[in-house]
Amino acid sequence: MPPVYEVFRRERAGAAMQHAGSIAAPDERFAEIYAREQYGRRGESEALWLVPREAVQELGEFVDEFDLKYRRVDGYSLKERLKEARALAGTSRREEPLKP
Amino acid sequence: METDARTEEFLAHVQSGGLVETGDWQPDEYRKRLTKFVEMHANSELMGVLPERDWILRAPTLQRKLALTAKIQDEVGHAQLLYRVVEDLGKPREACLDDLIAGKSKFHNVFHYPTSTWGDVGVIAWLVDAAAIISQKALLKCSYAPYARIMRKICWEESFHILHGRDVILTLVTGTDEQRALVQEALDRWWEPLMMFHGNPIPPEDDPMVHWRIKSQGNEDARQQFLEGYVPQVWELGLTLPDTKLRRTADGVWEYTEPDWDKLMAVVSGHGPASQERLAFRRLSRAEVDWVSRTVLAEAA
Repeated sequence: MPPVYEVFRRERAGAAMQHAGSIAAPDERFAEIYAREQYGRRGESEALWLVPREAVQELGEFVDEFDLKYRRVDGYSLKERLKEARALAGTSRREEPLKP
Repeated sequence: METDARTEEFLAHVQSGGLVETGDWQPDEYRKRLTKFVEMHANSELMGVLPERDWILRAPTLQRKLALTAKIQDEVGHAQLLYRVVEDLGKPREACLDDLIAGKSKFHNVFHYPTSTWGDVGVIAWLVDAAAIISQKALLKCSYAPYARIMRKICWEESFHILHGRDVILTLVTGTDEQRALVQEALDRWWEPLMMFHGNPIPPEDDPMVHWRIKSQGNEDARQQFLEGYVPQVWELGLTLPDTKLRRTADGVWEYTEPDWDKLMAVVSGHGPASQERLAFRRLSRAEVDWVSRTVLAEAA
């Protein structure tokens, strides 16, 4: 089986390179021709990256072993403490809004 | 026992909308069905260019010849992308092509029929592509993510093809009586294969392809969507369809004469009117270009 190249494409200037698909080609010259035909012939890409598949190092499984929730927005629950602070300051809001 | 639990977990994952990537563990049945399905899709793209290829030289204007050639290039490109998906599932493209020309694997029913006139080319580009887009859009939701991603590009290109088909049809129906007749005769020939296109009306809950969420749409759903979208478009051009039972009921369901499903099985297993001729041509072209791939591979090595 010929080597596989992963193809990335940039749709317009300033956009991120996004994975587009893969092609199989016997060498880099053919990979270039196939990639241009497959992912660029309608002007749908501004640039392409060709990467031999074996050069891609995939990482996955991001385990949060130490519960580092202070790094995430969902790591902060302010609602209860805000309620307490308002009660202390005597600025508590009504449970239900007034109807107009 | 442990494999069963793993399979149950996989099934629950895909049934609840979960996606599968190439390296992920897959039950054998899932991989087998998926591989066969994508392979047939790839075969269909590749075989689907042959009826159109016959018309490149006979297309009525230079513009039409060029548009047809571009459409054929798109479809061969789709075949390449789909065979890549199949290769990553474990079956090399060469093996797929060997099985195709040996008659061991299938391709879509509509590509087993001859194209008699330019009217057929218009009907194929309009209605066969319309029927195909309905199935292909549903595949955007396939549980196998690499296939779904490739379908995005394929659907985008198919939208050009429908425009090309409609343009051919509108030119013919606004032309001479002879041109109108070409469209009507072609519709009469193609209606039966079009009604068979989405397959027998197996309930989605009994369809293993829906079970594994390789497909997300039942066969009859797809056919109803096709009828709902396109029968009115055919009728508004003053054209007729060769089925006296065809009508839309008050609750929006289309009724039609039940196609002969045994005939569909016969057609897709190589007994259609043009099946053997098409396969013979594919065999011939494979033999004819063999020296090219051998030379290229030797040079690259």
